[in-house]
Amino acid sequence: MAKKLVTMKINGKTVEQAVEPRTLLIHFLREQVHLTGAHIGCETSHCGACTVDIDGRSVKSCTIFAVQCEGSEVLTVEGLAQGGKLHPLQEGFMQEHGLQCGFCTPGMLVRAHRLLQQNPNPDEAEIRAGMAGNLCRCTGYQNIVKAVQYAAAKLAEGEKSPATA
Amino acid sequence: MNAPMSDNDRRAALAGMGESRLRKEDPRFIQGKGNYVDDIKMPGMLHMDIVRSQYAHARIKRIDKSKALALPGVVAVLTADDLKPLKLHWMPTLAGDVQAVLADAKVHFQMQEIAVVVAEDRYIAADAVELVEVEYEELPPVMTPQAALKPDAPVLREDIKDKMEGAHGKRYHPNHIFTWEAGDKAAADKAFAGAQVTVKEELFYPRVHPCPLETCGCVASFDPVRGELTTWMTSQAPHVVRTVVSLLSGLPESKIRIVSPDIGGGFGNKVGVYPGYVCAIVASIVLGKPVKWIEDRMENLSTTAFARDYHMTGELAATKDGQITGLRVNVLADHGAFDACADPSKYPAGLFHICSGSYDIPVGYARVDGVYTNKAPGGVAYRCSFRVTEAVYLIERMVDVLAQKLGMDKAEIRRKNFIRKEQFPYRSAFGWEYDSGDYHTALDKVLAAVDYKALRAEQEAKRKDPNSPTLMGIGIVTFTEIVGAGPSAMCDILGLGMFDSCEIRVHPTGSAIARMGTITQGQGHQTTYAQIIATELGIPSDVIQVEEGDTSTAPYGLGTYGSRSTPVAGAAIAMASRKIHAKAKKIAAHLLEVSEADLEWEIDRFQVRGSADKHKTMKDIAWAAYHQAPPGMEPGLEAVHYYDPPNFTYPFGAYLCVVDIDKKTGETKIRRFYALDDCGTRINPMIIEGQIHGGLTEGFAVAMGQQLVFDETGNILGNSLMDYFLPTAVETPHWETDFTVTPSPHHPIGAKGVAESPHVGSIPCFTNAMVDAFAHLGVTHLTMPHSAYNIWKTLDRLGVNR
Repeated sequence: MAKKLVTMKINGKTVEQAVEPRTLLIHFLREQVHLTGAHIGCETSHCGACTVDIDGRSVKSCTIFAVQCEGSEVLTVEGLAQGGKLHPLQEGFMQEHGLQCGFCTPGMLVRAHRLLQQNPNPDEAEIRAGMAGNLCRCTGYQNIVKAVQYAAAKLAEGEKSPATA
Repeated sequence: MNAPMSDNDRRAALAGMGESRLRKEDPRFIQGKGNYVDDIKMPGMLHMDIVRSQYAHARIKRIDKSKALALPGVVAVLTADDLKPLKLHWMPTLAGDVQAVLADAKVHFQMQEIAVVVAEDRYIAADAVELVEVEYEELPPVMTPQAALKPDAPVLREDIKDKMEGAHGKRYHPNHIFTWEAGDKAAADKAFAGAQVTVKEELFYPRVHPCPLETCGCVASFDPVRGELTTWMTSQAPHVVRTVVSLLSGLPESKIRIVSPDIGGGFGNKVGVYPGYVCAIVASIVLGKPVKWIEDRMENLSTTAFARDYHMTGELAATKDGQITGLRVNVLADHGAFDACADPSKYPAGLFHICSGSYDIPVGYARVDGVYTNKAPGGVAYRCSFRVTEAVYLIERMVDVLAQKLGMDKAEIRRKNFIRKEQFPYRSAFGWEYDSGDYHTALDKVLAAVDYKALRAEQEAKRKDPNSPTLMGIGIVTFTEIVGAGPSAMCDILGLGMFDSCEIRVHPTGSAIARMGTITQGQGHQTTYAQIIATELGIPSDVIQVEEGDTSTAPYGLGTYGSRSTPVAGAAIAMASRKIHAKAKKIAAHLLEVSEADLEWEIDRFQVRGSADKHKTMKDIAWAAYHQAPPGMEPGLEAVHYYDPPNFTYPFGAYLCVVDIDKKTGETKIRRFYALDDCGTRINPMIIEGQIHGGLTEGFAVAMGQQLVFDETGNILGNSLMDYFLPTAVETPHWETDFTVTPSPHHPIGAKGVAESPHVGSIPCFTNAMVDAFAHLGVTHLTMPHSAYNIWKTLDRLGVNR
């Protein structure tokens, strides 16, 4: 199949590669750009393990073509920590035991990152609703809620989220 | 000079048992640096995809692979005929049956594997799957065990139609697999004949699926020059897989390396050896290149190990005042097309005969008949220890049914029948020896915490109020689990005793590496195992590296499922540590020039009794072990221990659930769920709580929404995440947890295992709460899942919604 050249910014770096038009973004990221943080759990947009951030929106990268992201800014879990320092969300997931097998975690983190951009001080119900597109089979979500609250508090303390710069 | 550390500081520095130590696994997962099977790439790697049956029961008339082979990028297409010369078109199952690797002339369930395509990338492989033409002759499907046992039912397994001696005794029908009995039938019948009160209930436990977020898959890489096979695999039991692969392939076990890397959840789904693994390995051996196979979600839900599908009939005999005098159970077990249950081989119904639960029931009898149907094979745990979930569901439901018949309070009937604290160790009517327990204390603590009396009073008021918009239900469960399989005299898989193992090496500078035969899938072994060693050996857990899952480096073990890691491997860790401890003591005595009897162990050191300043820390001893060992002692400081447990462990708990059901819509709000667990000695309270949250959530999913549904023609209707219920953060209730500690007397550190208890205990708790909401209307049972629609149907039938 004839390939198309696609250019996008991923975690702040410009990436230009040839892809088949039918290549899904998740496969492009994992196979061609070698960013294997985002995972494939269902290929039908239900589980959210593949969640990345595209131009300020949470997107399930298993149901969007790489060519649709031409010129976009993409953030994956690999771009959350800045300058060797963990993002408060990453810290929160660790401190509050918000992960077990870790498979959903990259998607959870990227989604929570966008949620806190949209609503810096969410209550529990808002966090649960805001994270409802991301499934976890291990934790029962209770500690994920706490992890997001941890990050919200930490960010409110004045620590700016470096990934939003 | 720094002041010497206090005892408490030294103990804290170890981060040993009892500490809520943060997880060592987390840094890689939160930064996208996990290493799951699909993350593995190798030069020249090919991709495999599977052609699957569209029918549940059909003959294969013809397979035409020419169009697929003509597609550029396709390397090979394999069918059963290609595997026949290798004798790999069928494979043995863990349950003494055989299973088609690729369908041999006939398909037995929808989505069964018919052919595999190997191609240069996964998209081409998927394209080629569409191009393989299969011509079928449809046969009538058999979708229930009741239909399968009719005299004129179609014979499903023509390959064994004349083999009426099965792996577990005589088969009385071509679709019958086994009959398995436990307990004393004559004594039970006698108890029922003379009983003042009896109750009987049909309890169907639907077919569900563990559905870990990561599907199954592997990367098989055969090196034709060295003759070595390495396979990275989503396996909960890599060592057993190595043995199976050796038996199937004829390769020496020493030339096979199975690696379970990071695993994205298992819950029993990743215990079995699936056709996809076998085909990828065969393809790699034949083609001499690495081959990757990754299931998609529909394949995962449709074909790899399901759980449950038990049609149970429970009966209790009792006195008028509620003392249980006997239990009878009859089960029709739907095992699907091949008997591929993952159970200890002597127990085709797993540990189902733990079904007398937490109660002192003098006599019991259970019978389970396994039956073939046109559904996928499997029959795994799904977060429970070999059918204990079904057993606990049965007894906890039946106790409620009896309470309702007698008009007794559901907490009171439990208290009346509990095995009392002083009766442990307790031998049950089915022969189990329960190690320890204190059921009264656990239940009383829960009832006090939720103010049970007030809840019952509120319920009574609501029942009297015709204007109440909701029905209120209170569910109580007081379960006993049986985990830690198991003593090798009772438990084996393929003839391998169900021990587990640990190897510890203490390095010269005092850090250590430990390797185990188990494999974590989210349980946090890399964190908790180090804590056991830290406490046993006085080495800070932060410098203890824990490795599992690589058969070339780890000692042989049976793997992680059935809550066996802490009861079995955790014990192996303690025992291996104690071997090192004993050697370290000899070295310390030598260095301090005293006799061993003069030494005492103190947190991280041996000190001379009465003069604490004369001591050698484990760090000092480690250094000495490598260059200053006592004369005649071999250098080094390491140990291996294979632990064969003397008994199972019996964790228990008391759960209480309050539900409010909307009378009009059937929607249910879980108002409260209070879970008290007793898993014996607690290694890491943070991780225990996390495991309980997860188990409760999976129990919530099973009780309230999950089911693999089939239509009468054998189509599976619930095989995507659109149809199969995985709760989100919105539906999932808030969990309240609590604990008591009753150590196991036979386990070296007193631990019992925990991760599956909340699943086992919560499912009947939800059902008990739902039934309790309707109890005043004469309802004694509701079949799961308790979805709003199913509950609405009950409301409508009873006229409650009008």
